[in-house]
Amino acid sequence: MDAKDILGLPKNALPIQEKKSKPPKETQRKPDGISREVYALTGGLAPLMPSVDVNQLKRKAQSENEKITWQWLPFTNSARKDNLQLYHWVRVVNGVPPTGDYSFAKYNKSVDVIKYTDEEYEKYLVDPAWTKEETDRLFDLCERFDLRFTVIADRFPSSKTVEELKNRFYSVSRAILIARAPSPGDVIVHPLVKEPYNVSQEIERKRALSMVLSHTKQQERRDVEVLAEAKRISEARKTAKAAEEPELPVMADSGHDVTDRAAVAAAADSISPTPSTQFPSATTANPVSETASVVASLRMLQVYLRSYALEQMVQAASSSAGLRTIKRVEQTLQDLGVNLKPKVPTRAVCAEHLELRKEILTLLSLQKQLQYKEAEGSSYRDGSYAETPGTPPPKRLQRAADLDRTFTPDSLSFGGERIGKRDQKRKGPGRSEAPSSPAQSKRPRKYKASE
Amino acid sequence: MPQNQTHGADQPDIAGPTPKSQRTKMVKSSDDNENKILAKKLKDSEICVPIVYGNIAFWLGKKASEYQSHKWTVYVRSSTNEDLGVVIKRAVFQLHSSFNNPMRVVEGPPFELSESGWGEFEIVITLHFHGDVTEKPLHLYHRLKLYPEEESGSLSMKKPVVVESYDEIVLSEPSEGFLARVQNHPAIIMPRLPSSFALPPVPMEDINSGKRGDTKNHPLSQWFTNFSEADELLKLAAARQQVQAHIARLRRQLSLLDGQQQLKSASDM
Repeated sequence: MDAKDILGLPKNALPIQEKKSKPPKETQRKPDGISREVYALTGGLAPLMPSVDVNQLKRKAQSENEKITWQWLPFTNSARKDNLQLYHWVRVVNGVPPTGDYSFAKYNKSVDVIKYTDEEYEKYLVDPAWTKEETDRLFDLCERFDLRFTVIADRFPSSKTVEELKNRFYSVSRAILIARAPSPGDVIVHPLVKEPYNVSQEIERKRALSMVLSHTKQQERRDVEVLAEAKRISEARKTAKAAEEPELPVMADSGHDVTDRAAVAAAADSISPTPSTQFPSATTANPVSETASVVASLRMLQVYLRSYALEQMVQAASSSAGLRTIKRVEQTLQDLGVNLKPKVPTRAVCAEHLELRKEILTLLSLQKQLQYKEAEGSSYRDGSYAETPGTPPPKRLQRAADLDRTFTPDSLSFGGERIGKRDQKRKGPGRSEAPSSPAQSKRPRKYKASE
Repeated sequence: MPQNQTHGADQPDIAGPTPKSQRTKMVKSSDDNENKILAKKLKDSEICVPIVYGNIAFWLGKKASEYQSHKWTVYVRSSTNEDLGVVIKRAVFQLHSSFNNPMRVVEGPPFELSESGWGEFEIVITLHFHGDVTEKPLHLYHRLKLYPEEESGSLSMKKPVVVESYDEIVLSEPSEGFLARVQNHPAIIMPRLPSSFALPPVPMEDINSGKRGDTKNHPLSQWFTNFSEADELLKLAAARQQVQAHIARLRRQLSLLDGQQQLKSASDM
């Protein structure tokens, strides 16, 4: 009876005993109302949702009040021009056949193709490239094939392209519309009049479309890359332009180049160890131009609060720094016991505050450089340099985070003393040069520092 | 020369602050070049008016009702308690919408407003300046504070809650007329003018006539905070020194590393 019989397997074999959580009783007791085979299809389990809408069951019982019969009756289709009579099965309720048109007649839609008279043709529609017969033929085909121009083009006697056919059809229709309209204003909203068919544009568009369709995968990838690069460069140019616009045309050129270089460099290399050399050059040029633009914008305001001015300058100075760097700057300020926003923002205080923030930024960038150098160093050598050997960079950054808190309040007094002594020893050489000074110049001093 | 100066000084009162370059064009004289040079120099200077703004709130104690528990005064004063009327024409205090006429206009110094209430809210203070200063108003934001920081219920009727903020109004590219008017006023910090620039003396009638606008003898002056930039400057200088020393140390470390790496690469070859 079952598949098991066909296969020749014994009934109630092992698989049934292997069923874990299901007690065997339930599978044997099938619910009433569904045949055994159907129940087995669901895997012997009841469905989660009722597969049959309960309301539907009720309705069936209701409609049992009327007498339904099915009859083989003739019908006519209003969409047909001949009076063809066909037969089909009809659902008759209580002996009354259904009324109304054939239900599919309403789908017989067609396009309204303009019909012109001969006089109209002579007056408005004469065209050197088209004879009257061709135009008539075109319109006849358009009506027959509901403006499916690809089909019409296939059946057109003389070979004309789809665009030419379309052009002729639309220009003729347009001319007729305008000619027949009592005043131009009436017909101006008609889409044909508002947007005339542009042959050359259509040809070009289709050509471009086919080109895009036939792009190879490689071409596509190249296109995407080029677009992304162009976008990046235009964005960089835009921000540089906005910063330079107010004044200092001299700065504009140098700032422009540096930002472009920085943008392209940033885009090009991601994790190379050389950003340390490019990084400072980008940051030293940009903040100067940023603060200049802030000064200009403040001047435009005519009257402003000094606290507001300081805010703007701080923002400009840290514009090149990420959110994390800014947070570290603020942390350092707090450790040093300095208010993030000065309580007494006089001219001198604001200037000092700004300088302090810039110096902290320099400090942080130096720390980063040191990290990179140490990472390089340990990758060159097998043994340990000064720190733990072979630690991957992420761990270094973590340790550096501890290193960041160099100004913890407890170490302040001690650190201050020692640092003060060191300062005196070295006679404070000018600290205005860029952080990334070449190594050669520092070499001779290496021995001196170690004493 | 005096003719040109007064000509320039008259203009602002009629037409508001016209940019300096425009005004020099109106002056028709052979000193055109000199004026242009002076105009350029003024462009880089700024006038500074140090102010303090805030509120003082007294708890009404026994007389306090549910809706009138505190009597408070919000104000804008000069940090040295001088008269701000030379610069500010009027101050508009925008109070909470639950007050009658929440937009209170104070037409002259002292620029303050007293009210009674129970709630703390943000007050927007709009300062409108005289015509020769600038047409643009300036906005200050102050959160009214009535209740003291400590929760220990130390509401005393005698000691008020005082919250003051120091700031400085900076006027860039001040007009000649304005400079002339306020050149010796104690409320203003004048910019450094070139020595060739001479402002005409203005009769000092303002101080004697009319009521005084300074807050030196204000009834609440005992509660005013004395803001001194010395502390802040000291702290900033110390911090900068530390940071600079740290930078120097790091630079030395970096150079050390560079040197060692160079040696290593040299020995490898």
